[in-house]
Amino acid sequence: MADVIFIGLSLSSILLLIALGLTIIYGAMGVINMAHGELVMIGAYTAVMTGIYLGFNLIAALPVAFLVAGGIGFLMERAVIRHLYGRLLDTLLATWGIAIILKQAIRLEFGLSFLDIHIDGLGTGLQNVAIPAFLNQPWSIGGIEVQSYRTFIILLTVFLALVTWFLMYRTSYGIQVRAIMRNADMAAACGIDVKKVSSLTFAYGSGLAGVAGVMMAGFKTVSPDMGSSLVVDGFLVVVVGGVGSLLGSVASAGFLGQVNGIFATYSNDILARAVVFGVVILIIMWRPQGLFSFKGR
Amino acid sequence: MSISRRKFLQSSVIAGGAAATAPYYFMRSARAADELEVGVLFSLTGGLSIVEKSLADATLMAIEEINAEGGVMGKMIKPVVEDGASDPKTYNEKASKLVIQDRVPSVFGSYTSASRKAVLPVFEKRRNLYFYPTYYEGFECSKNVVYTGAVPNQQLSNFIPWIVENLGKKKFFIVGSNYIYPREMAKVSKILIEQAGAEWVADEYLELGHSEWGAMVKKIKDSGCDVVLSNVVGDSVVAFYREFKNQGLTHDTLPICATVTSEIEIAAMGAEFAAGSFTSFPYFQAIDTDANQAFVERYRKYVGDANAVTHHALESSYFQVYLWKQAVEKAGEATPEAIREGVKGQVFDAPNGTVTVDPENLHTYLTPRIAQWDDKGQGTIVDAYDAPVRPLPYVAYGETSENLFCTASGLDTSKL
Repeated sequence: MADVIFIGLSLSSILLLIALGLTIIYGAMGVINMAHGELVMIGAYTAVMTGIYLGFNLIAALPVAFLVAGGIGFLMERAVIRHLYGRLLDTLLATWGIAIILKQAIRLEFGLSFLDIHIDGLGTGLQNVAIPAFLNQPWSIGGIEVQSYRTFIILLTVFLALVTWFLMYRTSYGIQVRAIMRNADMAAACGIDVKKVSSLTFAYGSGLAGVAGVMMAGFKTVSPDMGSSLVVDGFLVVVVGGVGSLLGSVASAGFLGQVNGIFATYSNDILARAVVFGVVILIIMWRPQGLFSFKGR
Repeated sequence: MSISRRKFLQSSVIAGGAAATAPYYFMRSARAADELEVGVLFSLTGGLSIVEKSLADATLMAIEEINAEGGVMGKMIKPVVEDGASDPKTYNEKASKLVIQDRVPSVFGSYTSASRKAVLPVFEKRRNLYFYPTYYEGFECSKNVVYTGAVPNQQLSNFIPWIVENLGKKKFFIVGSNYIYPREMAKVSKILIEQAGAEWVADEYLELGHSEWGAMVKKIKDSGCDVVLSNVVGDSVVAFYREFKNQGLTHDTLPICATVTSEIEIAAMGAEFAAGSFTSFPYFQAIDTDANQAFVERYRKYVGDANAVTHHALESSYFQVYLWKQAVEKAGEATPEAIREGVKGQVFDAPNGTVTVDPENLHTYLTPRIAQWDDKGQGTIVDAYDAPVRPLPYVAYGETSENLFCTASGLDTSKL
């Protein structure tokens, strides 16, 4: 039983890792960021590239991916999203467009492939990232074999969730973000620089996606399309948890991960996936605003 | 001089129409008498392009080699390359374009069964000819397709008895992606496992493209099996082998024996995750013959990548162009029907050895081989048949060499 719970916990942590950035961006700015999966992909490619050119291992790539994805998020916000606040459908389309641009940029090696220049680590091909040896070996704790890589992801997710909580609830920046979440006009009237805080929030959320990408790179192949399927899982968590609620995301990721893990173990993965979607539908019928939610903008 | 808007529109429509049709007529009349067009239809974009691009490259390389040696009956082969875009519907449209508009007598193409099934109606209705290079699940008998990849009996009939006898394994865990190929492969496997006196403990599937293997690998661990037979396809392969190692399973005690994991997937996952596992294919890059080493060199030079890998479907993409060439020469004319009659019984010395097209079912005699992967991503051939094996696309339903279901006159449905 303990190992089933561990599988569920591991699934939860991956869900939360992807959803964490999404929930902040969605909550703080009302932007459905369709490019979130592609920011995860950018993070994974950062791990590939730093591995090839700088000899970094997976862990050393984490801060780099945070900065790269965060930087791209910052630019996205400045160049496009800033002009579309309050227009939900327009941001949906715009971020989807950005997602396609990011994918193609990687696939076409920033256009260099037209000139027959090939950059190692980019292009249409599959890439892979080596996992440091000490994260490869399982170790046993109280008679149960525990996978070190999955444990590392769980710990990292807990760490990032705590950092995010601290930022949002214990710093003046967090107070400003939460004020904007509740009522952006009122926050501006109180002297909060809404634009600046919004760009920083978007950059932070994007950076978290980059970190998620590095960890995903250890599980699966890195390819330009890898992000598209991940973003769906992220949205499930955000919708169930309640828009913009950190606690809600943690709870819903934990819950959905366990449901998935238990059904996958005792029946099969295909059924588990269907059950998860079924549970999500029931929850949003019962509580359309999500498990934890407050009235926001 | 003033030109009214209406007049301008009229004249530009006429001019535009003329401009649009002109190249078409020009093209028709300019098609040189010393050229022979063929279609090349693989996905150059989209998720499958990673593999399919290499198949297109191998096809074009064969065409270039044939042209360098004087072409076919004194004519140069001119490839008309179309992009299937990893989408069966696009495949169907592009196949129609090649067959109806370009009027090519044959098309080389497809990797997935889904794309082959999508173009099949075009080739059957227009009585054209399709050359399909990929190993597939069998259960097909078309007069308009030449199949040059392995069918289940050429990948499994050697593999499963070998696993039981040489590795001493008795309990199989069958795992695959959830679609037609792995399910058909599992059907054949179960027959062979029972014949070999072993048993299977589970037959499990995961969504195509799924990359979360935690629960499945735990099931494998708890099942009491001593060997895993994997028909997992695509991206999932990589996640599967990684999770297998991360959960502390090793190929020494519990080997994965796979039917899809080729050099391409191994390169994508990192060689250390597959080291020690087995795959059954008629072709491996590691086949140690001068012909194959030269082939690998030529391919690497052609694509300009010193680390490029070759694999089974790639090799079939290459040699099927030569089979086609021989068929045209034998037929003496390049019409689909003549080529089909010509290709029957054609023999060619491919990089994997001698291949022969079966005159009955248009599938190809291939030599089954088993390789064990090393930590550099290359296979060591641990078992090989002395001679090519006859293709039996309906082996799961009881087809044998003495009792063929699929013959030159078509499928005998009464035997199914």
